[in-house]
Amino acid sequence: MTMMTYLEAINKGIEEEMTRDEKVVIFGEDVGGVKGGVFGVTKGLAEKFGDDRCFNTPLTEGQIGGLAVGLGVVGYRAIGEFQFADYILPAVNQLISEASRMRYRTKGDWTAPIVYRTPYGGGVRGGLYHSQSTEKILFGQPGLRIVTPSSPYDAKGLIKAAIRSDDPVLFYEHKRLYRLLKADVPEEDYVVPLDKANVVRQGDDITVIGYGMVLNHALKAAEQLSKEGIEAEVVDVRSLYPLDKETLVEAAKKTGKVLLVTEDNKEGSIMSEIAAIIAEEALFYLDSPIKRLAGPDSPSMPYAISLEREFLVDEEKVLNAMRELAEF
Amino acid sequence: MKQLKESGLNKEQIIEAYKHVLRGRRLDERLWQLTRIGKTSFNISGQGHEVGQVAKALAFEPEKDYFLPYYRDMTACLVWGMTSKDILMGSLAKEDDPSSHGRQMPNHYGSKEHNIVSHSSTVSTQFPLATGVAYGAQLGKKDYVTLTTTGEGSANQGEVQEAMNFAGVKKLPLIFVVENNGYAISVGIKEQYANETMAERGPAYGFPGHRVDGNDFTETYLTFKKVVDDARNGKGPALVELMVSRLTSHSADDDHTIYRSKEELEDMKQKDGLLLFEKQLIEEGYLTRDEMTAIDKELKAEINKATDEAEAMPDPTADTISDQVYAD
Repeated sequence: MTMMTYLEAINKGIEEEMTRDEKVVIFGEDVGGVKGGVFGVTKGLAEKFGDDRCFNTPLTEGQIGGLAVGLGVVGYRAIGEFQFADYILPAVNQLISEASRMRYRTKGDWTAPIVYRTPYGGGVRGGLYHSQSTEKILFGQPGLRIVTPSSPYDAKGLIKAAIRSDDPVLFYEHKRLYRLLKADVPEEDYVVPLDKANVVRQGDDITVIGYGMVLNHALKAAEQLSKEGIEAEVVDVRSLYPLDKETLVEAAKKTGKVLLVTEDNKEGSIMSEIAAIIAEEALFYLDSPIKRLAGPDSPSMPYAISLEREFLVDEEKVLNAMRELAEF
Repeated sequence: MKQLKESGLNKEQIIEAYKHVLRGRRLDERLWQLTRIGKTSFNISGQGHEVGQVAKALAFEPEKDYFLPYYRDMTACLVWGMTSKDILMGSLAKEDDPSSHGRQMPNHYGSKEHNIVSHSSTVSTQFPLATGVAYGAQLGKKDYVTLTTTGEGSANQGEVQEAMNFAGVKKLPLIFVVENNGYAISVGIKEQYANETMAERGPAYGFPGHRVDGNDFTETYLTFKKVVDDARNGKGPALVELMVSRLTSHSADDDHTIYRSKEELEDMKQKDGLLLFEKQLIEEGYLTRDEMTAIDKELKAEINKATDEAEAMPDPTADTISDQVYAD
């Protein structure tokens, strides 16, 4: 075991996979050279694996998207980094029209094993265009997987699984968690499945479902509520698309009270789909309406601190929502 | 027009080239027939592009070079190794269609067997993909050259600029082609771009750009021979603008008589590349009119047989709707 941050765990996972398989290459804006990414996730990789396998691209997100698909069809495992999840928008055509459909539209003759990594999420004074949860834009595109780790352990195991996967995987990294979380991570080789939600905490009173920063809020709030005699089941969605319906529905049935938490807008988020699934498959197990705690339906997170705080789902809001649901 | 012997190809090769051109024309005529009688519902045609496409494709080594075509490139795909039956199975959406197994609309050519990479309908997404395929040659120290093509309308997409810029930066073994027929569906070149030529966009990204008359077999072949040899020898990419005519409407769903004058259409028929090529073959002593008639008869028989065979092939069964969405 080694203590590492969420960021270091991702870096370590990539390094291990690049060592294991010489077909793994990584690129993006500022990814190569001595800088190793604007957050430092790819630090040391160019030095270790050379400038051919870890390199900078021009400022061209569509190109990053397509370059990865092209490398995929000739047998490479490309990792393309989008510097911020907000900047993925120019690449959406490549992600949806090419990466997610290459296998289906050729019935497996051509495939695109790719990882697209990108930092998402707010609370870093990033304003409208460095804070967004853009995963909902790419959610619901069969052929594409979306995953996000919410702990250092998952960060390493999930990135390794994503690199080994023969599917295109969008790997969302919560930028607030990069250096906030630090935990023991095994040195040995392990992978975390790309299609399984994770019951992080067991409880019988309420079920809280989330991912990323808000999941960590929920875990802290659950410890607080435990002192008050309320036991929360906390589920990390982890596999954002396709969703692990079975685990989510089971967790909802277990307590009959469900709180869905996201830092995205309330309407049209991934939680909207999870609410629909639970309503469809577990309605008669529920003791209260499904509750959603989310950001307001205003476009993205404003820069001013007062407005950013208003947008953010913080620990206190999660705690209050959990207590309210338990009391229902 | 340059004499055919200046191409350096022998008589047999020139006659083979003519067969490719005529096969492309006759096969496309068959695709229109199948559309008109309702056996398929779509065709998009390369009539008027055939001579240039054959001269282009013959400069490559299809057994190892990669091709990322666009939808008018059927004749080039035939040179690359696809058969009339392959094309017909695509038109008829048969399970054994090598392009997409009946998943995509007709004319979205691809073949794993022949290194022809599948493409989408959101035009020019193949350009960034082609950079990935070409970068794979550099990474793996392989000597294949990659060809990607599009029309002059689609060449204005942002992804084309992103891909050409990247190819220049990395000096990729990649040939970009713009087949310029003067129309983006109904929109003429004055509304499409302000440059004098498309070719001058090559130097803008740091590599050569050539404009050639696609009806001039020798000029086209020699231009491609030079840029392909250069690319194979590490001298980087090139852009070739192939000047051609679109003899048909944009597609089976378009009527070009609405926006093209009778005079223009009549003039274009007189300058049909196939007729000019035949005239040249006779004048330069390669074939007689009788020999051409015999070749035509032979090709029509081949296409009739291929049509019967393709029609007899099975359709995809409904239970395969979810096949190959993901790897597992």
